[in-house]
This record gives sequence, structure tokens and C-alpha cells, in this order.
Amino acid sequence: MRAANVLHLGIKELRSLLRDPMLMVLILWAFTAAIYIAATAVPESLRRVPIAIVDEDGSALSKRIASAFYPPHFVPPFMITQPAMDKGMDAGLYTFALDIPPGFERDVLAGRRPAIQLNVDATRMSQAFTGSGYVQAIVTDEVDGFVRRQHGATAPAVDLALRARFNPELNHAWFGAVMELINVVTMLSIILSGAALLREREHGTVEHLLVMPVTRLEIMSSKVWSMVLVVMIATALSLTFVVQGALRVPIEGSLWLFMGGTVLLLFATTSMGILLGTLARSMPQLGLLFMLLIIPLQVLSGGMTPRESMPDVVRYLMLGAPTTHFVMFSQAVLYRGAGLSVVWPQLVSLAAIGAVLFSLSLARFRKTISAMA
Amino acid sequence: MNQAGAPVARLTQVGLRYGRVVALEDVSLDIPAGGVVGFIGPDGVGKSSLFSLIAGARAMQAGTIEVLGGDMGSGAHRRRVGPRIAYMPQGLGKNLYPTLSVFENIDFFARVFGYARDERARRIAALLEATGLAPFADRPAGKLSGGMKQKLGLCCALIHEPDLLILDEPTTGVDPLSRRQFWELIEGIREQQPGMSLLVATAYMEEALRFDWLVAMSAGRVLASGTPQQLLQRTGTASLEQAFIAMLPDAARAAYRPVVLQPRDQGATSETAIEARDLTMRFDDFVAVDKVSFRIGRGEIFGFLGSNGCGKTTTMKMLTGLLQPSEGRAWLFGREVDPHDIDTRRRVGYMSQSFSLYGELTVRQNLELHARLFRMESSRIPGRVEEMAVRFDLVAVMDVLPMALPLGVRQRLSLAVAMIHGPEMLILDEPTSGVDPVARDAFWQIMIDLARRDGVTIFISTHFMNEAERCDRISLMHAGRVLVSDTPAAIVAGRGVHTLEEAFIAHLETAVDGERSPAPGPLATAPQRQAELDSRARPRAGFSPLRLFSLTRRESLELRRDPVRLTLALIGSVILMLVMGYGISMDVQDLSFAVLDRDRTSTSRDYVTNLSGSRYFLEHAPIADYAELDRRMRSGELSLALEIPSGFARDLARDNPVAVGAWIDGAMPNRAETVRGYVQAMHAHWLSTRARDALGAHAPAGNFSLETRFRYNPDVKSVNAMVPAVIPMLLMMIPAILAALSVVREKELGSIVNLYVTPVTRLEFLLGKQLPYVVLAMLNFLLLTAIAVTLFGVPLKGSFAALTCAALLYVISATALGLVISSFMRSQIAALFGTMVMTTLPAVQFSGMIDPVTSLEGAGRWIGAIYPTTHFLTIARGTFSKALGFADLHAAFLPLAIAVPVLIVLGVALIPRQER
Repeated sequence: MRAANVLHLGIKELRSLLRDPMLMVLILWAFTAAIYIAATAVPESLRRVPIAIVDEDGSALSKRIASAFYPPHFVPPFMITQPAMDKGMDAGLYTFALDIPPGFERDVLAGRRPAIQLNVDATRMSQAFTGSGYVQAIVTDEVDGFVRRQHGATAPAVDLALRARFNPELNHAWFGAVMELINVVTMLSIILSGAALLREREHGTVEHLLVMPVTRLEIMSSKVWSMVLVVMIATALSLTFVVQGALRVPIEGSLWLFMGGTVLLLFATTSMGILLGTLARSMPQLGLLFMLLIIPLQVLSGGMTPRESMPDVVRYLMLGAPTTHFVMFSQAVLYRGAGLSVVWPQLVSLAAIGAVLFSLSLARFRKTISAMA
Repeated sequence: MNQAGAPVARLTQVGLRYGRVVALEDVSLDIPAGGVVGFIGPDGVGKSSLFSLIAGARAMQAGTIEVLGGDMGSGAHRRRVGPRIAYMPQGLGKNLYPTLSVFENIDFFARVFGYARDERARRIAALLEATGLAPFADRPAGKLSGGMKQKLGLCCALIHEPDLLILDEPTTGVDPLSRRQFWELIEGIREQQPGMSLLVATAYMEEALRFDWLVAMSAGRVLASGTPQQLLQRTGTASLEQAFIAMLPDAARAAYRPVVLQPRDQGATSETAIEARDLTMRFDDFVAVDKVSFRIGRGEIFGFLGSNGCGKTTTMKMLTGLLQPSEGRAWLFGREVDPHDIDTRRRVGYMSQSFSLYGELTVRQNLELHARLFRMESSRIPGRVEEMAVRFDLVAVMDVLPMALPLGVRQRLSLAVAMIHGPEMLILDEPTSGVDPVARDAFWQIMIDLARRDGVTIFISTHFMNEAERCDRISLMHAGRVLVSDTPAAIVAGRGVHTLEEAFIAHLETAVDGERSPAPGPLATAPQRQAELDSRARPRAGFSPLRLFSLTRRESLELRRDPVRLTLALIGSVILMLVMGYGISMDVQDLSFAVLDRDRTSTSRDYVTNLSGSRYFLEHAPIADYAELDRRMRSGELSLALEIPSGFARDLARDNPVAVGAWIDGAMPNRAETVRGYVQAMHAHWLSTRARDALGAHAPAGNFSLETRFRYNPDVKSVNAMVPAVIPMLLMMIPAILAALSVVREKELGSIVNLYVTPVTRLEFLLGKQLPYVVLAMLNFLLLTAIAVTLFGVPLKGSFAALTCAALLYVISATALGLVISSFMRSQIAALFGTMVMTTLPAVQFSGMIDPVTSLEGAGRWIGAIYPTTHFLTIARGTFSKALGFADLHAAFLPLAIAVPVLIVLGVALIPRQER
């Protein structure tokens, strides 16, 4: 392998990229606005939760309960009637509807243990789970406080001092920004390298490369390094100006360590892109193959839902995906300030996956490139 | 030719520029009607630009062009006369559809022009017969040789019997026999349709000589016009090639030198440079090259001639190692051809038939890149690049992108690239196709000098007979076999004719005779012809469902030819649904936690067991100190760490205030909140259990009870919530990508020109393209719904009709969104990436799949409110989980119904009607 060939072929790739202004605009958009919007739009799971209250009691206690739901966790409750409750839940207007029965306050004070009904729209999984616990806690607090005041009882003896580490306010933007950045990085690196190969095939330039004194390894390496470079620059800028700048996400760990891990990720994903490029015969095919790959990578890597809650099979299978390790790695480095001594297993896994993918696509590239001309 | 009549086209002060490059300047010209008008001139003088303006394919910039009695600047006039004009752009089969067969290509154009079925069949049969394409009717256009593509392009142009036929270099790359047949065909058509006007650009001067009227162009201006005889008289020359040279501007003429032949010194060297022995290439059951053998000496110029598709290119590819021969062997410089032999590659320069350089690099960058790849010393590169630029007359275009250059200039660039490293051998596949006569001569002079002076071996294929005559030896190929191989003079003498062309055609006709009847019959007999004229369908302007369906039909055919795409679209979505249905889970369990227990009493153990005994938490090894706690939390091993202070049991017993510390990993806020909820609930549970244990049965059981009803999904199963949400997501992304790529693909590969020059309107184009993908997406929808119900066991409780109806509206808007995106994009990569960016994020995050739209903030909420996925998601969940129907969901139907026309109108408005 001659470094000069790899260098010059890579520069060619960069020049091709620059010739597509629309693509540059898209890359810019993906690394700035898309990340900003995604980070700021998605709330903590309990934020502005729509709740409705059917107050059939109209007592001081029921009013006290209703006033306990307020932003940011809940929207001010919709005070509605029972028939409106079913309609509203069908239309998806409320996630929760709390029905306080008549005579509730009286029954509570008389120690008759009346029941409150909480209706939950269980199709909204994210809010249904955490939310119902929350609602229960709020109602219990209010009722107990009310009863205690009436009876003059004492507070519980054991306190629970809860603190969230690394993100004390559980600010979702911190998390969303970096996860979206990882999504964009994965997406772009696979598309760019896969399409760079396929474009050569569709425009007949592969044939030209094959009669020149360059090896397959050189051709492939040039595509890998150039695309890695493009995505690296975009990532560094986005991390500095969008994530740290506009979104004010405090980054605990070493940025250099993070960038190093990104290189390893990109090594794996660009190889993956080339593999797709050798499998697809046309751009639409590449598009579909790409979808088939990117969605599981985004959804199942632990960036969207915690890995603990996935079925075992999925969890083990996803250990083969570079993004899974990268998500673990970046959470450790960026939020928890972990150093090399902590994250080295992820880096080793990334490098190993990258090496396997690279050799796999090189083998496939060697085999299929002749058929492309 | 009737010159007194109104001209077919009148050009007044026409100007055109691409950025800063002037393509046409102040062109004023009357083009006479009813004859063959030839446009001649060097490459890049604006012939093609002029043609695309006359055809209405390109938007006017300056001046006016009247064609067939109206202004081409007016859209109304273009629509009116469009059906009477046929335009065949430059380049081999640029406006054809490569995966469609020959028949299907012509059939598509016939349908666009609104012919009935019988009429179509008759016309296509006649055209196929006349062009000799009949035996290949079922072959995909992409697999045809260059000449056959040109013929097919002509068939497509002639199908609607235009009054004005515009052919941009129709015979470039076509072999002499086919060329002769081509012109016989045109003659036949003209006899039957005397009113037809023909505009032809050509690089063959012997063709031009037969035209009625010639326009000579140079540097964006018209130099002269008149009959060929007038031009010859005016320049005082005997042949048109000479006249052409005489008409050139002084500078260009001064540079011209006639080719000086140098006979090869017979005793020079007997060393063999190329040897082929019984080379055979089979593609499936088709034998492309059949036992071809030859031996080419060092420094020899060896010509390869033959009809289109006879196996010349295949033979050359086998020599370069691009194709592995089925049988036989070949040697270059005495070394057997080996695709991995890098050293031999450095000694060979190869130029393929189709342009295969980088369109995104400028001329200079292309030259430099190749010089570097061929390992020239970097100090020599600038000089060598300059030298090649001068030699091939590329100096003026060094910083231009090749795609903006005319065919002839691109060919010169390819040649320059093939020679940049000074190879010992050149393998050139029709290098001079489309190159003007002057440049061709200059090029041949270079080659002769190279061969004679430097002993470079040249293996070249060509369709120009005057070039063949300059070769030391030539081989005639036909149908994969070498018919004859000798010096040009010997071949002429052997057939007893006067010219090489005659000898060539004689050889071919003898070979062809045995295969099929050669003489192409006339298109139609006179009475038929009259009936035809009467029945001639003039396509209506305005919206035509027929044209729309012809587009749909073609798009579906292309889709069917690509079974991989089809299967991927269907199977892919199923796989994705399985992955997401099973993979995305909102139930958080098996959370890892560990305890820093400083008390170590049975009470503190009891507290911990309260947590570890639940299904939500998994206990890891205990923590020894703060440092360890910190390290294990940083690594992400623990989601929760508890600290129980020393004296916990004692203080508890004495009713002293005591606090348990809990640290939650906040790196994933969602998970952290869940953990917080669980810990609080268990803490409360432990306290009340203790209280009950202490006080016995008298303990209060609590003040009230909360009955939680999980509606619509009583088991609170993730699958029931996720599966109906995954369907909208998939039905957005996949149809949008397919639709977007289908348009951008035509832009990138060139067939978009058919939108510009046929009567197809933009609305027909978009709807016609959209329809197959809507059908595909609906199939997808049914498949996904079936899987949701059967495999995932998610019951469809509500109205299936409502769901299907909404799905139809939804996939129409998804495909329309793809089309809107495609109108911005030029490259397929950008379209692919753009569609991903504009569909995944909104569909996954802003449409209520996980978080309800009402809870979103900022731009995301705004996008979510108008994005079609939001509303289809409401309907999908409503029908699947909430047992709803049309009446309950009308509020969600409305935005979907609005999105469809809005997106389609937007798409139509954004897609250009002409090239700019």
C-alpha cells in the first residue's frame, strides 16, 4: 500500500463532496439545527404531562389535590366531567385522568379508606410508567399531609436523601444532544462512504481505477480516511459550538478522549458503509439497506432506551454493533468524566469491531469490484 | 428544398451563458423548413446548447427563438408545439431507461404521446424492423452497444412523427454499416413525410455533405450557413473537411497541420507487445467474443473495426484485466494478463468507451490525480499537465468540471489522462467518437509520433475509415469473430473495391447475410401512411390521465426489474418492525445497584433485601468506600448506589432522625427518573411494612387507596404500545426515500430531459412516479398490519376501514414529501441523506411515538404538530388500541387530508419545467 495513492484518492473524495453544495448544507443542518431541535424538543419523561381531574367531591381536600399538579411536570389540570373524560382519553388529550369520588374528604377523615380512580393512557408508555408512580406519590402526600394536620400526627422517621449524579436536574437536553450527535455521526459516515463507492460504480469510474496502478486496499482506505475526516471535523465543531455552546451542556470528561473514541467508531461505520456499497447495486438499494441497518443501530444501542430493558437476545446481538459500545463510551466520558482506565474495554471492542468490518468489506470489495466495471 | 417558405425556426440574438462561460453569443439565424440542416463546428462551440434551446429543454436567457410559428420563451407555445418536436440529446442513450427493454422504451414514448394499443404495436414493429433492432426487442437498453442505443434513441424520437426532429450527434459511435442504415431510415421517413424538418449535429463531414443546408459554428457564433456547395465555393476547397478548417478562426487554423503519415519501418522490431490466443468471452449463453487471436508488435498501430456490439470493447477489457476471459490467454509485454499485476498497469494507458473520469473534479484536478496515481515524480507533474493541456487543446477549460464540457472535449480529456504518464502501450476504445475533425487529426499526429518515435504500441478501435487507413494493420470484427486481419491496403485489394469503407461494408454484409434479411423495409406503404396522418393523435395539452399512467407503468416496470429493491422494501420493513417491536421496551427492570452499608445490621440488610428482592433491581457486589462508589458509578456499572449510615438500626429504634443516601446515575435522564420513582416507592413500602410489624394489626392501612386503571393496554405491554407506533414510522421513511431517489436518479443519469421535451406535465410526472410507490407502501401497510395482529398479537380493536383509509392518505403524503425533497437535490447521496434527516427525526421523536406531542417544546413541537406522522399515529393507536372509528378520529384525518394536496402542489411548483 502506498500512502501517496491513499492520500491523493482521499483528496479526490473530499473534492467530490465539496462539489455537492446541497449535501454540505444538509451536513451542516444535521450537525447544528437538527441536534439543537432534538435536544431541546424532547422533554424529561415527565414534563408538561397532560392530566385531567374529575372532581366529584368538590371538597377542600379534592381542591388541594388538584392544586398539587403544576408545571413543569404537569400541565395545569383540565377540570372536566366524567363523560368528557372518556372522550378526551380516546382522542389522546390526556395521559392521566384522576377521578375523585363524591364524599372523598369525609370518608378519608372517617378512616373509611375511600378509593380514587386513576386512568392512564397506557399507549403512552414513557409517561404512563413513571407518571402513575408520581401521581400516586403526589396524591398520597397531599392526603397524608391533610390527615396529619387534622390529627396532628408525626413525620416518618427515615428520610431518603435522593441525588442524581452527573446530571443533578435530570436535564434531558444534556442527554438528547449527545445521543442525537451520535445518531447523526453514524448515519452520515455510513451514507457517505457507501454512496462514495456506489457513485463510482454508477458513473463507471470504478473501471478506470481498476486499470490504474492502485490496489483495492488503497482505494478503500482512501474512502475511509476522507470520510472519517469530514465527520470528525463536523463532530468537533458541533460538540464545541452546539452542544457546549448553544445548549450549554457541561462536559465532564476529556474531549480528546471522546474524539479518539469517535475515530474508532467512524473506522467501523465507514467500513460498514463500504460493505453496504458492495452489496447494493444501485442507490435506491443502498438507501433501503441503509435503513435496515441504521434504525436498529439508533434504536437498540442504548441511546434511546436503556439496554437493561431489552430482551437478552437483542442485548447480546447488539454487542456486535459499534454504536452500542460507543454509546456506553460517550456516556461514561462526557457525563461521568470517566478516563481511559474506565472506558478501555469499550475502546478495545470498537477497534475490534472496526477491524472485523474493515477486513470483511475489503474482502467483499476485492471480490465484487471487478463485477462493478 | 423550399427556402421561400417560413423558416422552421428563427433565432434572434440568442445568448446563453453557464456562469461565466459564454456558450452562445448573439446568434441570429433562420433555419429553413422541410429539409435536413446540419450543424458543424468544433467541439464546444454551442451546438448542443443551441439544440436544447430550440427543443425547449433549456430555459432561454437572452434573445428569442421562434419554432413552428411561436415563441419558445412562452410556456403555452411550448406546450402546444412540444408534441410536434422530437429531441434526441447527445450522449449514448442518455434519455433512455437502461433497465427497460428496447420494446418497452419505445412503448413508453408511444404511450406518452397517446397512441392506442394497435397503433403502438404497428409503429413499434415498423421502427424496430427499419432500424434492425427487431431481434433485440427484449434486450435491456443498458446492455445495448453504443450504436444500438443511438438507433433506439432515434426510434423513441420518431414514434410520434414529429414535424421537427432534432438529433444531436446521432451517429457518433455508430459503425459504418449501421450509419448507412440509419440515414436510409431517415431518408425513408422523409420521403413519406416531406414536411419534416431535421436538425442534425455531426462530426462526420461525409454525412454533412449530403445535407441540404449547413450551419458552421465556432465559439458560440454562426460562422457561415448555406448549402454544402455554397460553403465549398465560398472557401474554395474541395472537401468539406478542408472547408471546415478553412472556416475556422485564424488562430485555430494556424494551429492546424494535416496528418503526416510515417510508414512503419518493417524491420524495426519483431518484439511482441500484445498477444491474444483464442480469447473467448461468454455471458451466460451469449458468446461475446469467440476465439479471437492476434499478435501486435511493439510500436505498431493496430486498428480494431467492427459493427456495434461485435465484441471490440469486450476484447479490450480482457486485455486490460477488467474481464476474466472464459477461455484463452493473453500476454502484454510477454507477461500473462493478471488483474493484480500493478507493474504492467503502470505501463499501459487505457481509455474506455464511455466517459469514466471524475465529473466532480476539474480538468486540471483529473489530470493531476492520474499523474500522481501513476507515480510520476511530483516535480514533473505540473510540466506534464501543462504539456498535455496544450497538446489536447484543454488550456481554456483547465478549471472547468468535465460534466459541463461537450462530448468531444471530454473525449480529449480522457485521452490526455490515458497518456499522462507516458505509457508504453495505449489501449483506446473509440477514443475519437464525437471529436471534431481538427482535433482528431491533431490527436492522430500525436499517436503516430508516439508510435514511430517512442515505439509506443497502440491498440485502437474506431468507426472512422480515414482513421482506420492510418493504422499499420486492422482487424475487422463481427459478432465476436475476426473476419479479416491485414494492412488496410491489402483488405481493400482483397475485396476488389476502392475504399476501405466499401470493403468494410462488403465484409459485414457477407457476414450478416447468413443471419437475417438485411434490407430494412419502408416504414409504411403510401395508403397506410395517409390513414396514419388522419389518425395521428395530437396529444392534448393540460392534464392527461393516460400520460400519467404511462409514467406509472414505466416506473413500475423499472421497479419490477429491480427485485432486490422490491424485496428490500417489503422484507426490510418487516425486519425493522420485528426489531423495534421486540427491542424498544419502556419497562425498565434489572437495574443494577450496590450498597455501601456502614451499619451492617440485620435492619440494614432488611432494607437492602427490600430492593434486591424486587424484579426491578439486581444487586451487585457491595461497595467498600466512597472512592469505589465513585469509580463504579463513573464506569456506568451502577444505576443506583445506596449508602446506609452507621448506627442506622440504633437510631431507627430510638426514633432519632436518620437518612439513607441514594445516588442515581443521571446520564440517562429517563432511566434516572424511573429509578427515582422505584426507590421512593420501595422506601415508602419498607417504612409502612415496618410500622405494621411494630404495631401489629392496629396499624393504619393508609388513608385511601388509588386504583390505577391502565386503559387501552391493560397489561401495560410495550409491544401493544410500540407496534402501532412503528407502522407510521416505517411507512414514512421507506416510501419517502424510494420516491425521492426515483426522481433524483433521473436527474443524475439524464433521463429527466424527457420531462422537458415531451408533453408530460409536471403534475403528471410527479403523480405518475408516485403511484407505484403508493401501491408498494400500501402493500407494506397491509403486511405490517397483518404481522402486528398475528405475530405480535396486538389486537386491532377499532375500524380497519378507517385505518386503511388513513394509511392511504398517509403514504400519499409520505411519497409526496419524498418528491418535494427530491426537487432540491441534485445527487442521489444528498437525496438519500436529506430524506433521512427530514423523516427520521420528526417521525421518531416529534410525532408522539415516545413522548406525546403536547409535551414537546420549541421547534420540535411545532414540527410535530404539522407532521403527517403525528396524525397517522393518533389514528393508528386509536384504531389498534382504543377501538375507535372514523367518527372519533375525524380531527386527525383533517390534517392528513390537507397534507396531501399541499405537498403535491409544492412538489409541482418546485420541480423545474426546463433545464436552467
